[in-house]
Amino acid sequence: MGVILFELALTFYFAATIVSITELFKESKITSKIILSLAAMGFAVHTVNIIFRYVSAGHIPITNPHEATSFFSWCIVLIFFILQFRYKVSLLSSFIMPVVFVLMLSSSMLPREMRPLSPVLHSYWLGIHTVLAFLGNAAFALAFGIGTMYLVQEHYVKSKHLGGLFERLPSLQTLDEMNYRLITFGFPLLTLAIITGALWAESAWGSYWNWDPRETWSLVTWFIYAIILHARLIAGWRGKRAALLSIIGFLTIILAFFGIKLLQKGLHVFL
Amino acid sequence: MNVFVVGLNHKIADVDVREKLAFNGPKLEEGLTRFKELPEVEEAIILSTCNRVELYANVRDTVRASESIKDFLSDFHNIKRESLDSGLYIYDGSNAVKHVFRVASSLDSMVVGEPQILGQLKAAFELALSKKTTGILLNKLMKKAISVAKRVRTETRIAENAVSISFAAVELAKKIFTDLSKKVFMLLGAGEMAELAAKHLISTGVKEVLVSNRTFERACELSKEFNGRPVKFEEFIQEMARTDIVICSTGAPTYILSKSQMQKVMRDRKQRQVFIIDISVPRNIDPGINDLDNVYLYNVDDLQGVVDANVFERQKEAEKAEKIIEEEIDTFLKWQSSLDSVPTIVALREKAEEIKREELEKLLHKIPGIGEKEKEAIEYMATALVNKLIHPPTSALKEASEDKDALVATIKRLYGINGEEK
Repeated sequence: MGVILFELALTFYFAATIVSITELFKESKITSKIILSLAAMGFAVHTVNIIFRYVSAGHIPITNPHEATSFFSWCIVLIFFILQFRYKVSLLSSFIMPVVFVLMLSSSMLPREMRPLSPVLHSYWLGIHTVLAFLGNAAFALAFGIGTMYLVQEHYVKSKHLGGLFERLPSLQTLDEMNYRLITFGFPLLTLAIITGALWAESAWGSYWNWDPRETWSLVTWFIYAIILHARLIAGWRGKRAALLSIIGFLTIILAFFGIKLLQKGLHVFL
Repeated sequence: MNVFVVGLNHKIADVDVREKLAFNGPKLEEGLTRFKELPEVEEAIILSTCNRVELYANVRDTVRASESIKDFLSDFHNIKRESLDSGLYIYDGSNAVKHVFRVASSLDSMVVGEPQILGQLKAAFELALSKKTTGILLNKLMKKAISVAKRVRTETRIAENAVSISFAAVELAKKIFTDLSKKVFMLLGAGEMAELAAKHLISTGVKEVLVSNRTFERACELSKEFNGRPVKFEEFIQEMARTDIVICSTGAPTYILSKSQMQKVMRDRKQRQVFIIDISVPRNIDPGINDLDNVYLYNVDDLQGVVDANVFERQKEAEKAEKIIEEEIDTFLKWQSSLDSVPTIVALREKAEEIKREELEKLLHKIPGIGEKEKEAIEYMATALVNKLIHPPTSALKEASEDKDALVATIKRLYGINGEEK
């Protein structure tokens, strides 16, 4: 049952991605509605899939790579919808749905079997720490999409060749401010995730910080976003630089996320 | 009877020269009255805008008129007489008519096709009408110029040009900023196109309008018009720290804003986006500042490129407009020459002869078998009648000097002579 739901969600996201890419080339009022409906259906099925796994595992289903990636995608879609309903950012789906689809596709290829959770880790920290970390990173994923949109729009305005998407992309200031807002939303979540992680580590292994690869990389990520915010407030790094940094930040997250999994085994064995 | 034009525009004179010769506010009425009082000038109109000062007249002797108008300008504006010997354009006859038509049709404007100039020309004409400084020739010239301008506007796409440049500027501003009603706008300098774009932008709603100009009085005047705040020219760079959109057109010969100055401005404004439109020719703002982050600098050509990449298309529209003007010059000159007394006398005589011939024919038909002698007597009487009747108007036309134009027009109307081609 869970498997079918996941495949179904993947299919819906795939369809939404295809339509949202065609939207880049041809404008139509219906397409954006189709994209949102497809994404919404995918999201609904996806939610049920996660609940299903939650119930059968007895804890939040992020204890294997497949689940973690899937849950990460789910968080991205969640924030995408919040953003979409609050601000109606046109063309945002074209820049986010492909990210969601690629993540879901990698999730589908990762081992799916549920492994029993080590009793040491079985604590309420699991839910709190992971949800914070994933929501924070999902906000950064959105900032990545918005940052890419900024670079495209900025290229048009700067080079004075107002290409095809110029008319439909939001204004530079809108994109820049949204990027900033997403980072200011994600950054405290990431900070809290690191703190709760440390607390959890202390209760599980007796030490707050163990320099395992995931800890190190989240610290690196934390520093990148801290620099983005700091530079913006102090030196006025906004616009193109902020967009570039938010893209670099998210790529670091992705590299760390999959890189660690492929290369090393640390305390975060299941992620 | 000659259409005569003396003037200068943005192409031949810098803004400081234009300012010196401008007839602003109350000076315009006074200037117009005194211009009309010149002995060589029979009819007078003054057109004074930011980009041009032009005096239109109906004169008899173009050489003497030109000297006397220069004397008047030097006297009225308190400038050296010698400085006026060069630096003014002077047209008469068909060249003058052509110039007026080109100005009205906005072919002579800094930004070809901008629509304001026609309104300014109409206002100049209306003032002349209310001051009664025009007569038959300039009235006709102005009406014709207005109709030519309308024809050019409807038959070519030249007018779209300027409007779409302002439009493009506003569209770009909307793609840089989220909400223009929260943005501070500065108009730097003046000029037809800059003011047009400023109006367009202000009408979409901005938070605050600043106006800076090399002459502070002009800044005050314009800021009243735009409901803004005047800024001293020395302080405009300072104000840029809080200005988001700048339209610049100062007519300065060099850059008034360098890259290093702009870098400092950007630091002061914490790198917030700024949109600068440099309409000036030559450019007033170092093009290098477009390389700075979050600075978006567009000049007229860039905006034009945005509007229409196809230069060839625009060239064709301009050629079309020039053709229309050539046609209209012909009809105007035909009308004007018809006003001349000699053709009127000829036409009057022809008309009288024609009536005589027709009436004689009718009469002779009615009396069959009439003798040669009687016929001759009747013809003789008809000729005498005609000659006696047209003698006074003919000699009046020949003698008339002062009010000749009016007299020609009156006689043509009274006798139903149509010199003008419809």
